[in-house]
Amino acid sequence: MKPTLILRSSSALLLWCLVAVSVYVLLRGHNAPGGGFIGGLIAAAGVAVYAVSRGRAAALRMLRLHPAALCGLGLLVAAASGLPAFLDSAAAYLTHRWWFPDVGIQLPLGTPLLFDLGVYLTVLGTVTAMFLSLVEK
Amino acid sequence: METILALAIGVLTGSGIWLLLRPRTFQVIIGLSLLSYAVNLFIFSTGGLRTGAAPILERGEAGSLAQYADPVPQALVLTAIVISFATTALFLVVMLAARGLTGSDHVDGKEQDS
Amino acid sequence: MQPLLASPLLIPLATAAMTALLWSRPVAQRVASVAGAAALSIATILLLLEVAGGPPLVGRMGNWPAPFGIVLVVDTFSAIMLAIAGLKALAVAVYILGSGRASRDRRGLHPLFHGLLFGVCGAFATGDLFNLYVWFEVMLIASFGLLVLDGTRDQVEGGIKYVALNLIGTSFFLIAVGLLYGLTGTLNLADLARTVPTVGNQGAVAAIGLLILVAFGAKAAVFPLFSWLPAAYHTASMPVAAIFAALLTKVGVYAIIRVFTLVFGYDTGFFGPMLTVVAMATMVTGVLGAAAHYDVRRILSFHIISQIGYMLVGVALMTPLALAGSILYIVHHIVVKANLFLIAGAIKREGGSFALGRLGGLWAAKPLLGLMFLIPALSLAGLPPLSGFWGKLAVIRAGLEAEAWLLAGVALIVGLLTLFSMVKIWNEAFWKPQPNPHPVIPLGRMARFGTYAPIAVLCVLTMTIGLWTEPFAALSVAAAEGLLDHDAYIAAVLGPVQAATLTETTP
Repeated sequence: MKPTLILRSSSALLLWCLVAVSVYVLLRGHNAPGGGFIGGLIAAAGVAVYAVSRGRAAALRMLRLHPAALCGLGLLVAAASGLPAFLDSAAAYLTHRWWFPDVGIQLPLGTPLLFDLGVYLTVLGTVTAMFLSLVEK
Repeated sequence: METILALAIGVLTGSGIWLLLRPRTFQVIIGLSLLSYAVNLFIFSTGGLRTGAAPILERGEAGSLAQYADPVPQALVLTAIVISFATTALFLVVMLAARGLTGSDHVDGKEQDS
Repeated sequence: MQPLLASPLLIPLATAAMTALLWSRPVAQRVASVAGAAALSIATILLLLEVAGGPPLVGRMGNWPAPFGIVLVVDTFSAIMLAIAGLKALAVAVYILGSGRASRDRRGLHPLFHGLLFGVCGAFATGDLFNLYVWFEVMLIASFGLLVLDGTRDQVEGGIKYVALNLIGTSFFLIAVGLLYGLTGTLNLADLARTVPTVGNQGAVAAIGLLILVAFGAKAAVFPLFSWLPAAYHTASMPVAAIFAALLTKVGVYAIIRVFTLVFGYDTGFFGPMLTVVAMATMVTGVLGAAAHYDVRRILSFHIISQIGYMLVGVALMTPLALAGSILYIVHHIVVKANLFLIAGAIKREGGSFALGRLGGLWAAKPLLGLMFLIPALSLAGLPPLSGFWGKLAVIRAGLEAEAWLLAGVALIVGLLTLFSMVKIWNEAFWKPQPNPHPVIPLGRMARFGTYAPIAVLCVLTMTIGLWTEPFAALSVAAAEGLLDHDAYIAAVLGPVQAATLTETTP
């Protein structure tokens, strides 16, 4: 079954829309604090649409990194987000640390955002890997 | 509300176990999903059922147990849902591989001799 | 201190992530894998030196105070388990160099292997019941991936049974967690140890204990919940089977020992006899299953089940000697059992088969392999002066002291039957003449080193535990005393002040 022209041409647009939404959700979540998990799922849905309409190989080319490598990168980022806690010798792993750089507004940056980014990449990688192995069949 | 929830958990568990005992892998995976839904609902109910009570305290508001839902079971359920989502997805991938390898969706990989 | 405490989790996680990042570069993956395993074993040994005999080391994740956040608690028992897991990880990582096919590397052998270690170490280090569930699932997902790695028909079939049965066990665990939270309002193990004895409805507590026993028993493959193990283990490739045999069921055993000493330890009258029966039935069914089989892998798989029974004796009798015996037995078993699986892999490479009927003449062809088989095999059967003897001695003596005559007798007879199985492998694979000679493909240098170096090191370790038992026994006794000293554990996690101020506030 060949996907229709409409689906094929709109899939790239859909992908970027979904990625944009997923980044917004990554930063804001369901209810203010970040949502790496749900953001990753939304981005993975975008990749899934792309893979269904243009095939598995095209989706892999578009991702550049292998989904498993994406998952590994996410795990590494999430694990690293806990390390700054050790700057304070009494604090345990994953203790939050915050910075408030002044760029016009007070920008609250913290290790939780880094953690969410890691979760985002991990979920994106895992779900994409599973979906692509289903598309293969 | 307790009665309805208890009935729902019971029906889900019963259907889940019945499906688990069926010979097709698809039935087994649906059975496992239903069982995990039942367990999730059950954990959710252990914090006590409240309508219209938030699990998060509002800023500047004194928290009182009367209008406050226990957040721990909700967090536990969320974790359990995510994990069962991952295991189910993985199970599905391998199940399809088994279907391709054996040409049968029987749990033993071959049809029973009748 | 805190970085050291988190290192058994961080090192496997980072290694898994690194090897996943290097997805399409097998050589770099192997280097990263061995380096990660070596770092893990060094870190866990340092942790053991730090903790041994002293109070438990506690890390409050994210600095959330104890009963509310997740804590990592490493006491002597946990540290022993972590150290032995680190050692096994290194042995198997080196073994993979010798026997791994490139196709396995490309399917994600290394990330899954370290993911499994991540789950195992997490389960050993956590001090929270729900967190234990999460680690179980990490292990389950990674082990499922490892099991079906080659994608053969047998593996996929075995894998489906493995996961389905384990997921049912998980449902039991979650129901127990929910009930326990509903009764006590906490899932922190130390807090549970404090509150569970004071719960009014002790009938519900007994039911929860049974649910947890079913859930952990399914993980540990005890009688009658072991059916997934023989269905799955013999299909896995040998390095994978070795790491499964060494660590997977032992996490279930660890969880049983931890929870039934700490949380339900006050009620030995109820759980003791039950665990005794389970331990005996597990020993007997496992060893009889092994006696019936003629495939090296199946024999070894059934022996895992039989040995689990010995490990449960400690928690069944709940005396310091019995617990120390169980812990020594676990250490010995992890070293010996994984080694036997590695040797089974070597037998397959040198002899061309796993089926005893088709093997033969290996003693004449490979005397060194024969010697290296005899050491763990006789140790498994419990012959002095090898490591298994001391573990069995302590367990049986504890049984006699507790006047559990039947238990001690069963343990002795099962030891004899174990010897029978091992002699069967010896006679068939090594002693009898080769039935149908076939061309042997000589191994390359790297493959030979990778295959034999871990086996030799583990043999030496078996001899060391056997001949120089003193430090290992002392460590086991210290771990057993730590397990029975609930107050020290509770104080280390909750703090003496908090334990006094946190009183019942339920309406």
